[in-house]
Amino acid sequence: MKQMTYAEAIRDGMRVEMKRDPNVLLYGEDVGIFGGCFGVTAGLFEEFGPERVIDTPISETAIAGSAVGAAAAGLRPIAEIMFIDFMGVCMDEILNQAAKMRYMFGGKAKLPMVVRTPCGAGMSAAAQHSQSLEAWFTHIPGLKVVMPSTPADGKGLMAAAIRDDNPVIFIEHKQLLAVPGEVPEGEYVVPLGKADVKREGSDVTIIAWSWMVQKALAAAEALAAEGISAEILDPRTLVPLDKEAILKSVGKTNKLVIVHEAVKTGGFGAEIAALVCEEGFDLLDAPIKRVTAPDTPIPFAPVLEGAYLPNEEKIIKAVHDLF
Amino acid sequence: MKLTKEQLLGFYKTMTTIRAFEMKAAELFAAGQLPGFVHLYAGEEAVATGVCANLEQKDFITSTHRGHGHLIAKGGKIDLMMAELFGRSTGYCKGKGGSMHIADVDLGILGANGIVGAGQPIATGAALACKYKKNGAVVVCFFGDGASNRGTFHESLNMASIWRLPVVYVAENNMWGISNNQKNHMNVADIADRAGAYGIPGVAVDGNDVIAVYEAAAEAIKRARSGDGPSLIECKTWRHRGHFEGDPAIYKDPKEQEAWLKKDPIPRLAAKIIELKYASRAELDKIEADAEAEIEAAVKFAQASPIPSPEDVFTDVYAE
Ligand SMILES: Cc1ncc(C[n+]2csc(CCOP(=O)(O)OP(=O)(O)O)c2C)c(N)n1
Ligand SMILES: [Mg+2]
Repeated sequence: MKQMTYAEAIRDGMRVEMKRDPNVLLYGEDVGIFGGCFGVTAGLFEEFGPERVIDTPISETAIAGSAVGAAAAGLRPIAEIMFIDFMGVCMDEILNQAAKMRYMFGGKAKLPMVVRTPCGAGMSAAAQHSQSLEAWFTHIPGLKVVMPSTPADGKGLMAAAIRDDNPVIFIEHKQLLAVPGEVPEGEYVVPLGKADVKREGSDVTIIAWSWMVQKALAAAEALAAEGISAEILDPRTLVPLDKEAILKSVGKTNKLVIVHEAVKTGGFGAEIAALVCEEGFDLLDAPIKRVTAPDTPIPFAPVLEGAYLPNEEKIIKAVHDLF
Repeated sequence: MKLTKEQLLGFYKTMTTIRAFEMKAAELFAAGQLPGFVHLYAGEEAVATGVCANLEQKDFITSTHRGHGHLIAKGGKIDLMMAELFGRSTGYCKGKGGSMHIADVDLGILGANGIVGAGQPIATGAALACKYKKNGAVVVCFFGDGASNRGTFHESLNMASIWRLPVVYVAENNMWGISNNQKNHMNVADIADRAGAYGIPGVAVDGNDVIAVYEAAAEAIKRARSGDGPSLIECKTWRHRGHFEGDPAIYKDPKEQEAWLKKDPIPRLAAKIIELKYASRAELDKIEADAEAEIEAAVKFAQASPIPSPEDVFTDVYAE
């Protein structure tokens, strides 16, 4: 085990896989000597050279689209889109090409590609640099969607994403990049589709992912002080989704709060709520609660952004509403 | 083209106002007073100034993430801009947009933009509206060298060329898209050459020479206004600072940086004005001091302005 930040751990995940497999290469805007807009790729250019760590022009359409072509032709590209907000620029490549090629070709193509992209608010980056768009990608069969919340998960899920033969959207949270944690050294793989209980509890299940896991953990700590035992379940990957773990936890606590940073309408929380209603209705003792951002774009001013974001207090309030 | 004393002194005022705004923003950012991303235009003032001096209030511009200069040159109000940088409710966007999203639709400023290249099709559509309404207005689209590698560049210039739209695309070539030098992000030396692909005029000018920019823009804007369609102007320039405040710009060669600082457009214009005996050094100093005073007043206005209230999150999503 080694102490690393989330950014370092994700980088280590890429590094180890790049050493292991010469077909893995990384490209995107400013990923070279600049080390990526958030420093996640720092040092990889120096270590692997310009043939495997490549700066691209500002051409998201060609970044994502060329990853599809490179993967179809035998590489395992990792493409970086500098902010998840810019995925709009290359959505056809994700939606109609990456996600569907294998199916349309009758199972004859393999697309082992990862699109890495940072999400999330909290730095007053305003409406076009702060979004949480994971639900978009979960709505497209053929894609896998990964959202690590800890350094160790960042590393292990990155390795799994690179080794997977399908297109994986790997979403890193800007607010987590500097968060430290214990990370296994060398090869380390966390399988896609396995949720993780981040804190055990018996009175209420709180499902949260990415940055919101930290908010949920803080809320659980405060709730414990007043005698409410919250279990924090982190699905880690939204597609594939670990339904069993969700139903198991709800079966234990009989109460469910879902927390996500994305806006409420059409958010992935609705999918989880529907799952529990369809397959675990009898397990519930109370209505399901969602704690999310409101259905508005993300405002700039810190006071507005603070009001916009889900936080510890909002989670605690939602839990109180159930008791 | 002979430029009058009033014109040149007007350029000087605009350029020194932009510079003063940017240096103040740098200072405020470093002091932790401005949240979010701040991209400064210092060094590139001649481009916005020379182009916008040809525009009327009814004309439109689209701007970029590096937008303060475009806004000031098109007549944007300094105090409302500064208040927006501070995230105050008196700001241009009531604190909802910040530096990257300042707009003044009444002045034809269709917004700074956080998405590189997004202004190109928006400008194209505004030009379609101007042509359709036959109101004699034109559109100027500002964007960077990096943005000219977006698909939006190709699609917009092609569309504007076939529809003969009244729009001028102004590529501000400061040779960098963040850390990526032009040499590494495109295979041509002149972005202006790309105009040939659309059958429209393309010229490359010294973007640190406000007179050269003014003259090239005058011709392209005249052409657009008289119904002869779009043009592409490339202005070669240099950003003095990092990509955003806080970027130490280690990717820049210090010698190249130094050489470009010597080509600073503001002292160049000052030398020209003094040579033409349009003003003395002291008179130019007075213009600069006035610009700085205006910026100081804007900062005071911003700092004294109320912060938004949390309920403001929910307003302005839809038109009523
Ligand atoms: C579609 C999109 N891709 C990437 C970015 C991130 N980004 C912001 S500014 C910038 C560089 C832009 O370079 P250029 O167009 O030359 O403008 P400059 O910053 O030099 O003024 C990049 C890559 C973005 N905002 N939007
Ligand atoms: Mg540039």
